[in-house]
Amino acid sequence: MIKRVALALLLFVSSSAAADRPPATIFAAASLSDVFQEAGRQVTKKSGYSYHFVFSGSQQLAAQLEQGAPADVFASADDRWMSYASEHDLIDGSAKRFARNRLIVITPASNPGRIDKLEDLARPGVKVLIGVESVPVGRYARQALSRLSKGSDYGRRVLANVVSQEENVKSIVAKVQLGEADAGFVYVTDVSASLRGRVRVITIPEASNVIADYPIAIAHGATNHDAAQAFVDYLLSTDGQALLARYGFLSAGTDSP
Amino acid sequence: MAVTAAAGLLLLLLGLPVLSLLLRVPSGSLLRRLSDPVIQDALRLSLVTSLLATACVVLLGTPVAYLLATRFFRGKPVVETVIDLPIVLPPTVAGLALLLAFGRAGLAGKALGAFGITLPFTTAAVVIAQVFMSLPFFVSSARAGFARVPRSLLDAASTLRASETYTFFRVVLPLSTPSLIAGASMACARALGEFGATITFAGNLPGITQTMPLAVYVAFQTDLEVAIALSVILMLLSFLLLLGLRAPAGLAERRPTAPRFVSTVSR
Repeated sequence: MIKRVALALLLFVSSSAAADRPPATIFAAASLSDVFQEAGRQVTKKSGYSYHFVFSGSQQLAAQLEQGAPADVFASADDRWMSYASEHDLIDGSAKRFARNRLIVITPASNPGRIDKLEDLARPGVKVLIGVESVPVGRYARQALSRLSKGSDYGRRVLANVVSQEENVKSIVAKVQLGEADAGFVYVTDVSASLRGRVRVITIPEASNVIADYPIAIAHGATNHDAAQAFVDYLLSTDGQALLARYGFLSAGTDSP
Repeated sequence: MAVTAAAGLLLLLLGLPVLSLLLRVPSGSLLRRLSDPVIQDALRLSLVTSLLATACVVLLGTPVAYLLATRFFRGKPVVETVIDLPIVLPPTVAGLALLLAFGRAGLAGKALGAFGITLPFTTAAVVIAQVFMSLPFFVSSARAGFARVPRSLLDAASTLRASETYTFFRVVLPLSTPSLIAGASMACARALGEFGATITFAGNLPGITQTMPLAVYVAFQTDLEVAIALSVILMLLSFLLLLGLRAPAGLAERRPTAPRFVSTVSR
């Protein structure tokens, strides 16, 4: 028995040690969690490269890169943090836009705040979640609110209802899903198949919506250059673009529809 | 030789980060930063909530610690483990658990909702998270203090027909005060540093739920200088608290009355 366990352990250790290359580390915006893991599986299947992912707010990732965190690829949910990375020599070469996204408002399925339209978000006492100003989803939400206001005090009233500024979009999704907040500003792509029954969606009209840009670049000091490049190439390929579309992202190429 | 090396390495590991933080901040700018409204809000909120949390911890923890120190009952190990759990629990797990219990859709939260009380995203939630995380530190210290009160003193009190309540307030409490103060300072320091449970259960809103550790985290992503200034302030506060914690213990060591009293009685 003990021998068998030892043998199994040995096999386990040696098989992980036998992987010819260490995985490439991909720093990516939290909103990319689902699609990037699937993209990683696809590239691994095709080329044998392996990946491990660090998902967080783009601002958090940029700060970590600046402190010397080892990464091979950086994918941000807005141009602001990619420019920041570029200005601080944290990336090599130029960044490429690989996807776009839009915002929506989600409420818990039970809709405790009785939010049926965007106007309801301004009703006093409604509990609204939004990203902190530094995280892309927070900045986009503030932009959308100012567009929706059209000179009225709508945006100011919604912001007065904010009960928490979350550090990345996934914690907004989680807290709305739990029913703790009445509504939250998130990306269209966050309402995944598994989430669909647990939240309700209120769309933001295209005229007032913002378009989130997702740039990607090879991190400065990448140690796993080939794997990193293969991942970026895949995302920009027809297959990669089709995968992103399947997860609800807008294609990178077309301009505002 | 090996001991010296280990001690040196340990000192380096603990001391160097502290020193690095201090070296990054010119003292003049630190004082100037104190007038920054974000820092002021976070500092005020942190002080108010940690003091409130400490008060709750002392009120709730003292009877429990006394019970644990003096009684044996079925399921005591389970109770002890439950109380100790927050020490080893990752704070985010604690926050999620609090959300599932006291959140709007949570087990107890639903009942509270019937009375119009909702806890998440409020300053009360910050205090609850801090109490949850710091309670075990107080209970273990207070319990040790209670357990050190000699059995003979309690027996003497009871032969003099003192009620248990009377004995607790006149004999046990005075003798355990240093342990209670030490436990309370430890709990307060832990509450001051609470981050994970707070951001998960109470959220992050300046002036309402954004305590110092949360403000450090947010500032780290936007303004490193503010983050460093906040960190230094937080570190100095914690340092002073822990240093103060040493004072009552030293006092007890020097104070001759208590031990002498004990020895006469036990003879």
